Amino acid sequence: MMIFWVAVLAISTLLYVLLDGLDLGVGIIFGVTRDEAKRDIMMTAVTPIWDGNETWLIVTGVVLWGAFPLVYASLLSAFYLPLIIMLAGLILRGVAFEFRHKAKRMRWLWDWSFAGGSFVAAFAQGLTVGALVEGLRFANGHYVGGEFGWLSPFAVLCGIGLCIGYMLLGAAWLVRKCETDVREIAYRQIPVLSIALLVFLVVVFAYALVEHLPVMDRWLERPYLLFFPAVGAAAAVTLAMSVRERQDGLPFFMVVLIFAAAFCTLAISFWPYMIPFAITIEAAAAPHASLAFMFWGAGLFVFPLMLLYTAVNYRVFRGKVRQGPTRTEQY
Amino acid sequence: MDVTALFLSRLQFAFTVSFHIIFPSFTIGLAAWLTMLEALHLVTGRPAYRVVFEFWLKIFGIAFGLGVVSGIVMAFEFGTNWSELSRMSGPIQGPLLTYETFTAFALEASFFGVLLFGRKRVAPWFYLLSTAMVALGTTLSAFWIMVNNSWMQVPVGYVIENGIFVPSDWAKIIFSPVVWVRFPHMLLACYLTGASCVAATGAWYLLRRVFEAEARIMLRMGLYLAAVLIPVQLFFGHLTGDYVHDEQPAKFAAIEGRWHDEQPASEVLIALPDQSVETNHYAISIPVLGSLIGSMSFTSKELGLTSFPPQDRPPVLIPFFAFRIMVGCGMIMLALAWLGTYLSLKGRIEQNRIFLWSTFLSFPLPYVAILTGWFTAEVGRQPWTVYGLLRTADAMTPFLTTRAATLSLIVFCAVYTLIFLFGLFYIYSLLRAGPAGHLVLPATDATPDRPMSVVKHPAVPHHPTAGE
Repeated sequence: MMIFWVAVLAISTLLYVLLDGLDLGVGIIFGVTRDEAKRDIMMTAVTPIWDGNETWLIVTGVVLWGAFPLVYASLLSAFYLPLIIMLAGLILRGVAFEFRHKAKRMRWLWDWSFAGGSFVAAFAQGLTVGALVEGLRFANGHYVGGEFGWLSPFAVLCGIGLCIGYMLLGAAWLVRKCETDVREIAYRQIPVLSIALLVFLVVVFAYALVEHLPVMDRWLERPYLLFFPAVGAAAAVTLAMSVRERQDGLPFFMVVLIFAAAFCTLAISFWPYMIPFAITIEAAAAPHASLAFMFWGAGLFVFPLMLLYTAVNYRVFRGKVRQGPTRTEQY
Repeated sequence: MDVTALFLSRLQFAFTVSFHIIFPSFTIGLAAWLTMLEALHLVTGRPAYRVVFEFWLKIFGIAFGLGVVSGIVMAFEFGTNWSELSRMSGPIQGPLLTYETFTAFALEASFFGVLLFGRKRVAPWFYLLSTAMVALGTTLSAFWIMVNNSWMQVPVGYVIENGIFVPSDWAKIIFSPVVWVRFPHMLLACYLTGASCVAATGAWYLLRRVFEAEARIMLRMGLYLAAVLIPVQLFFGHLTGDYVHDEQPAKFAAIEGRWHDEQPASEVLIALPDQSVETNHYAISIPVLGSLIGSMSFTSKELGLTSFPPQDRPPVLIPFFAFRIMVGCGMIMLALAWLGTYLSLKGRIEQNRIFLWSTFLSFPLPYVAILTGWFTAEVGRQPWTVYGLLRTADAMTPFLTTRAATLSLIVFCAVYTLIFLFGLFYIYSLLRAGPAGHLVLPATDATPDRPMSVVKHPAVPHHPTAGE
């Protein structure tokens, strides 16, 4: 039962990172694009799906609360300020979808809130993951790190790294969804972002080595973990090839594979801890009565349905975004 | 009052949750109404239903978006500010909110995209199904939230192990009688909010003599629905009062403004309660009515606040006044709905400009009623978060600093004020632009369209770089 909920938590976290990652990434790319017509197309490429994507964050949050209340309580309170900033970013990003096209004179404000909100949310997420990897200060299962216990160069580095990663995901999505100039821009961004991500990974790895992060020991103890980086590397090679041959469909799935590999590496290095190396899954799990209640309805029936809804939604909005009507409406 | 992290956290929760509830209470009612319109359109083929549908869908889009983004905050705030509560009651509240998210939120969020952008991409029956699924999702969401909140009001079906609330009987928690009076009370409030806003918009158009065909549908449907539902709502309101009387006597005494035990008890209609001297100033009260309302008896003894130790008493002013404002709003809405139905049946409604003005100006009443109703329920529950078991002061994150709490409150106030003002402005411009003439655009456009772009007047040239 406990393992089931760990799996649900892992799946929903990964889905959130992949799905909302792509629209946060598109948001950041939107911010570094000047041309309004291109911006319109970029936003249109994620407009019908962002809301469903963001839902996976809430799914992660409530599953964490229901199945592992101790971790929910400890982590959310320890990451007080980054989470508040992330929420503010997500709010500004979310309303931009509704407001931007209504606005005339104030359009710059919602351009800014879309790009800025996406960036801030992505950065805060990377920051918290980084702080978690580096280790929060816990004593007897209680967080004792204080107001800024999450702040470190490593965490900031991870914040930047996740922004780059999300941008890569976003660029690959734009390649898949768009045509002509926007697709070309995205194609040119992918190699740059990939190299930036590689540099980030090298720096993180070096930092972990120098600082003797406890996570590193995990890697030595569990050499089978290297399987995931190997998958990631293979995906990266395929990505490079598909970009060179301009195969619109492939890059996105390769970036997804890279993200999934990174996620699995992290998740398995944490095992059996949920908050490394302070709170284990066992210690954090809710009583059996709670897990079973969730399992026999939400877990067994609704969760597969949710995956189905997500698939249906993506199927309804499959295919390339067309540019014509957007322009005719404007003039 | 000292500005402590506790005070700031309470303020922040009250602010964020009050902001949030404005939007779902509108969209829950509106979603049900949209489903009805879409079904009517499919059955009758009357284009007017479709025009009204498309029009309200755009407004639904903005309100729903604001509800979603402000709702995410709620899912996190329990952990950030109330970590002790979420640790201790997580085994009960966590699964309830998991069901909320799983059954409701996923349903709404997934079909919402189809609703806004998918009309031409799916079959008509699937579109109707999507509308219904969004409506079902919003309703289920309200249901689980009410189960969760009702458990905090009247905890049942639990045992305490090592300071943790462990669920012992889920059926008791979900089928608690408290849930089944409060959930209908809230759901009806949402339907009435939708009905009032729709009727008010219809009245506004009739006053301006624009979009009259659509306005008549809006005004009539809104008023008739309200005329039928408000009496039912008063009944469920009374049942809600009964549970408060039986389960939360201190809250009941605060709402009644009753300081001392009385037998038979009088009913304070209006007064200025004074906590420092434990009495009411300028009270107007009716003898015996208090016993009648509280226990359906002419002789019953009703408890006063001084029967409870001072540390267990809720603040009096907010529940006392909030309750009266809520009831007042309900009464005005009832009068308007019945009068409007009468005028409409007599065929005199469109000539009666005073009535149309009153209906138009009454649209804030359901919001005021919902907010004050929740203030009554939540402030009246104090000093407890989980009634009788966990004090609000003990529920807070123990290491939360005043500085961090101040910062987050400022961030939320700034962001919410910004999006509220603009959201309101955009909804106002949509309402002002009205439904006519915009039917063709969203229907013929086969791409993932944007809902807001539809209302732009094509005659106005727009330069993509304007404003940069």
